[in-house]
Amino acid sequence: MRTRLVTAAWLWVLPAFVLLGVFLVYPVVNTVYLSFFSGRDMSTFVGLDNYVYLVTHPETITVFRNNLLWLVLFTATTVALGLLLAVLSNQVRYEALAKAIIFIPMAVSFTAAAVIWRFMYIFRPPQFEQTGVVNAAFTALGFDPIPWITNPSVNNYALIAAGIWMWTGFALVVISAGLKGISAEVLEAARVDGANEIQIFWHVILPMLRSVLVVVAVTLIINSLKVFDLVYVMTFGNFATDVLANRMFKEMFTFGNFGRASAVAVVLLLAIVPMMLSNVRRFRRE
Amino acid sequence: MAKQVIALSKRERLLRAVSRGPLHVAIIAICLMWMVPSTGLFVSSFRPKDAIATTGWWTAFSTASEFTLANYQQVLTAQGMAQSFMNSLIIALPATLLTVAVAAFAAYAFAWMDLPGGEIIFLVVVGLLVVPIQLTLIPVLRMFASAGLTGTFPAVWLAHTAYGLPFAVFLLRNFFIALPKDLLESAFLEGAGHMRVFFRIVMPLSVPSLAALFIFQFLWLWNDLLVALVYLGGFRNVAPMTVTISNLVSSFGSEWHLLTSAAFISMMLPLVVFFALQRYFVQGILAGAVKG
Repeated sequence: MRTRLVTAAWLWVLPAFVLLGVFLVYPVVNTVYLSFFSGRDMSTFVGLDNYVYLVTHPETITVFRNNLLWLVLFTATTVALGLLLAVLSNQVRYEALAKAIIFIPMAVSFTAAAVIWRFMYIFRPPQFEQTGVVNAAFTALGFDPIPWITNPSVNNYALIAAGIWMWTGFALVVISAGLKGISAEVLEAARVDGANEIQIFWHVILPMLRSVLVVVAVTLIINSLKVFDLVYVMTFGNFATDVLANRMFKEMFTFGNFGRASAVAVVLLLAIVPMMLSNVRRFRRE
Repeated sequence: MAKQVIALSKRERLLRAVSRGPLHVAIIAICLMWMVPSTGLFVSSFRPKDAIATTGWWTAFSTASEFTLANYQQVLTAQGMAQSFMNSLIIALPATLLTVAVAAFAAYAFAWMDLPGGEIIFLVVVGLLVVPIQLTLIPVLRMFASAGLTGTFPAVWLAHTAYGLPFAVFLLRNFFIALPKDLLESAFLEGAGHMRVFFRIVMPLSVPSLAALFIFQFLWLWNDLLVALVYLGGFRNVAPMTVTISNLVSSFGSEWHLLTSAAFISMMLPLVVFFALQRYFVQGILAGAVKG
């Protein structure tokens, strides 16, 4: 009887297991294996050569630098903005509307967002009228227009700004939900004890939001490591803006080098494993 | 006396409003800033080609300028956005249904059936949540190529379903396990089998979370670029809108009358879904805060 029940239970999860096995688990293992090979048919064993290439070639070192820049700047700014907006909007009556406005970019594709931001960053030589918002604002303030997309000293920041525009709504909504979970009594007690609003923020609200902020930051870090669409559509990784996911795509389809592409993917996985462990640990605790 | 109290509180209210001025200014300014990029795209998509190329979209209101639907007409027909719109639907709808169905059965088993090692397997699923799909692209592409499936809809249906499962199973299992235990147990005691409990009790009670998952997954697939790019190849007849738009960007990078209208067509459905079903959408986001 019990055996029959157990068999029945396995039948319920079978479709999910087959799909996960064929399209996720096996491919991940296979990708790790393939990262030690090269050649069109992936038959030449090259040991760690693909990895050595990644850490020694100037172009791929730029890729690592850019992902690090994304990780730090994108995550920190998005969390900070989300937190700020959550605390501010919590005090006004049109909170729902404000949150919806910030959140809308989350609903559209990164591809559309990339078009939107390429349009924001249009550059025309100084003698012409600027048709992009950013350069129009810059010239109105008396500065020269800047080629945001092609100038390597600013373009990574320009791309990251587009990412922040997309993801702040996510941070805001999650942090705001956490904020609602803090009881009014706790805040009132702090006020009765003579704490001012800024003290309450740093010593009461922030510590109580800690786990929510960790969840948001982990999600954003994962997405900063995986960032693809925005870079692919805005620059295709040209002008020193390349990132891991786009580099992998290039290695696959531009250079036809599946071994090196696999190595890029494995590096991505290694970077994400700590986040994965943090999620599993948190889940077990809950 | 009473009058005085009211007058005082009026003054207090005024003081309070003034002192809160900066707060309102800050929130409203940020909100306006957030709306500028999409507004520019929307306005521009209705401006004639020459006007977009030479003047900023914000001038469209101050000068006597004309608006047109020609951009939309051109991208929908000549650039194939109408076909791509259909392709996006053909890709996203079946794959979403499949994900929700497969996940619901598995999630039920994890929550309410006697599955040896179920706890550990479920932790593996939680771990799989954040595995980047980049790790699967090459082996799966080779698999599809040898099966002759590259460039076909079934290939993306299968891949999307598998990629969506960890999140879907995670979300639904957490919801199912929180259902009232007494209710299910009394049904079992009355002799109801798992099938009956699943369809008669669990499914009807789970409509909100099923809806949240459906909306979240559908928009995710509707907005996907990478999977379509890799498994559908460059075949224009099966390309969803995201792929068509990225092709437009690389071949007509400064033809803004085409790019703005094409991008807006791809945004229409997500915007409608967002405004109509915001509650479910936000629920999905909150539940999926761990998804990468």
